[in-house]
Amino acid sequence: MLEVKGLKKVYRSGNREVEALRDLTFTVENGDLVCLVGPSGCGKTTLLRCISGLLDPTSGDVKVNGKAVAGPPPGMAVVFQEYGRSLFPWMSVRDNVELPLKQKKVAKARRRELVEEALDAVGLTGTESAYPWQLSGGMQQRVAIARAVAYEPETLLMDEPFAAVDAQTRADLEDLVRELWQRLGVTVLFVTHDIDEAVYLGRRVVMLSSSPTVVQDELKIDLPAERDQLHTRADPRFVELRTHVYEQIQLAKKAAAR
Amino acid sequence: MTSARRGNPAWLGHPAFLGVAGLAGLLLIVQLLPTLGVVNERYLPPTSAIFSALADEAGTEQFWISLKDTLVAWGWGLLIAVAAGVLAGFLIGSVPLLRELTASTVEFLRPIPSVALIPLAVLLYGTEIGSTLLLVCYAAFWQVLVQVLYGVADVDPVAYETARSYRFSAAARVRHVLWPTALPYVFTGVRLAASVALILAITAELVIGSPGLGKDIAVAQASEAVPTMYALIVVTGLLGVLINLLARTGERRLLAWHQSVRAEVPA
Amino acid sequence: MKRVAYALALPLVLFAAWWVLSAGSESFYAPPLSDILTAFANTWTLDTLKADVLPSLLRLFAGYALAAVLGIGIGLAIGLNRRLRYAVEPVLEFFRAIPPPVLVPVIMLFAGIGDTMKVIVIVFGCVWPILLNTVEGVRAVDSVVLETARSYGVTGPARITKVILPSAGPQIAAGLRQALSIAIILMVISEMFAASNGLGFTIVQFQRSFAIPEMWSGIILLGLLGFALSLVFRLAEKRALRWYEGLRAAQRRAG
Repeated sequence: MLEVKGLKKVYRSGNREVEALRDLTFTVENGDLVCLVGPSGCGKTTLLRCISGLLDPTSGDVKVNGKAVAGPPPGMAVVFQEYGRSLFPWMSVRDNVELPLKQKKVAKARRRELVEEALDAVGLTGTESAYPWQLSGGMQQRVAIARAVAYEPETLLMDEPFAAVDAQTRADLEDLVRELWQRLGVTVLFVTHDIDEAVYLGRRVVMLSSSPTVVQDELKIDLPAERDQLHTRADPRFVELRTHVYEQIQLAKKAAAR
Repeated sequence: MTSARRGNPAWLGHPAFLGVAGLAGLLLIVQLLPTLGVVNERYLPPTSAIFSALADEAGTEQFWISLKDTLVAWGWGLLIAVAAGVLAGFLIGSVPLLRELTASTVEFLRPIPSVALIPLAVLLYGTEIGSTLLLVCYAAFWQVLVQVLYGVADVDPVAYETARSYRFSAAARVRHVLWPTALPYVFTGVRLAASVALILAITAELVIGSPGLGKDIAVAQASEAVPTMYALIVVTGLLGVLINLLARTGERRLLAWHQSVRAEVPA
Repeated sequence: MKRVAYALALPLVLFAAWWVLSAGSESFYAPPLSDILTAFANTWTLDTLKADVLPSLLRLFAGYALAAVLGIGIGLAIGLNRRLRYAVEPVLEFFRAIPPPVLVPVIMLFAGIGDTMKVIVIVFGCVWPILLNTVEGVRAVDSVVLETARSYGVTGPARITKVILPSAGPQIAAGLRQALSIAIILMVISEMFAASNGLGFTIVQFQRSFAIPEMWSGIILLGLLGFALSLVFRLAEKRALRWYEGLRAAQRRAG
């Protein structure tokens, strides 16, 4: 279970202070898939970095299964938006996926198993010896996802992972995430600026305000568990939910403009 | 992230302050090591002795003559090398056939250490400034040539074809397409060549004995005037830093209008 | 086949021109090429190569290897620590600006005129580009790379050997390449100054005793050596940085 309570982050640069996050409180139950949406510049990435332990908040805390986060916690894997820069270009696909496992001191045989399974799960069997820059953007992001999956995390954080990918690939990757989530039972926190994507993927959507950011609204997505790009997005309930989210985001943007 | 921790003022972490502190630290170490007897004073005189020798040198006429000799050799050698390098570079670079034919020769001659020419220089010019010039020109020329070749190779073929289709004369093509693209590379080449030229000038003077700071260093060493030797070495270091700074600033100013200052291609 | 022809064409032409133009030469300083080549064959036999060139090369490699270890090691430490880097950078830039051959008289004070002196000279002269380039390469590691490594718990020695050093690899290689040219120059200079064997020493001996064709042959040998070493370096670099070449090619195609 992921608990965020009263999270606040203020950036100080010289004499200026920028309050990126004011007061964020929400919870992600075990095994849930929660999407975080918000207007541009609302500090989504800052929030994710605080949760993943890469950034220290100014105040408030983040707890994973009751334990406070004070640095990257074990059992948490992050998929970054910039897949091109997150995968190590001097390592093959296999080595990239295997590296976190080596650090985790997993036995060699088990490592091979995990790498094979992960690459298979994302549909990239056969690319083990290739280098990331030899692959397309969508495939590179799949490798990053495979790396996260092979790590066998309890919690999976994804920071606008499909923002830099073309629309058709994005649709495939969205389905991949849902499939992996259902199969592996991980807790997923998915950050995006794409409202449709948030409603399509999530079981819950948390809407953020503009900077200084607080939680604007939360919404339970009561669409069926079996979703597909064509029918779910045409479902009237989907349209209702998405309108709700859209309105909230517009409110948030107007509040900032004022 | 700012380096200011709680309580420390921000400027303490400022790069300029730390840099000055580092230099001060060096001066302090060089002062203390010989004074405390950790290192023999004959091998490493303390900072105070070096500075005092430097002041003495600056008071002699010979020092300024040597400085002028070094700079003259550096300047002329650089000028000749740049002129020859740019000319040859543009010529070879713009004619694909020439480029292919000369590639292997350039690749072979480039890595030849210019010091290999020292005996030849001695035979031809003895201890005159000609020796220095021979070495300086040879080494600096390659720096310029290589960069200019890269620059010409970087020309956008579409732009070039456009110019040709509009029937630009060869001279016009050079002026409007070739030159602007290659210019940043030319500056990089000049900067690298300026640095190399100084090194070779001092080296030639040191080893051959042609007039200049390098020769003074050799003389100081031979007559065991150790603080003077160190003082002159400091001068050469400062010269090198100065030349590099001037070259970089000049490069930045003159290319400020250029829409993209290219990254340096390793020579 | 065409490429080989192109590569050989000009050199052959130049060679032939040299031969022809110098054939009847009476000049003291520019003997006929045929004389030089004869001198080359006579002077540089297997024995003389072993006696004169091998010591030079050994000193060169010792100095270069030591400089590489020191340069990369210290450069790593400095590059990882921002405040240390700010403090030390001006000092390093100053030392780098000192023309390396000038170090020979200085180090002769400490270390006499033996092999140690020459190795020390090479180390002191060529460590700077390695060091400064390592600092730059380490400093410039992509922030996303570092964050990814941190989030997956890649810390300590693994972080250095698997993440930071490979990422800084291309920059370090550039420094190593510059250092190689400096090392060769210093090897020759230190021998011209004070030695009893070595290639530089031999060439100077020829010049002093006015054995001109032999002197030229020595110069040519030195040139060949410089060329050969640079070729070896380039091949090694290509293999080690295959990933970098591939990455840049992919970026160029995309951009």
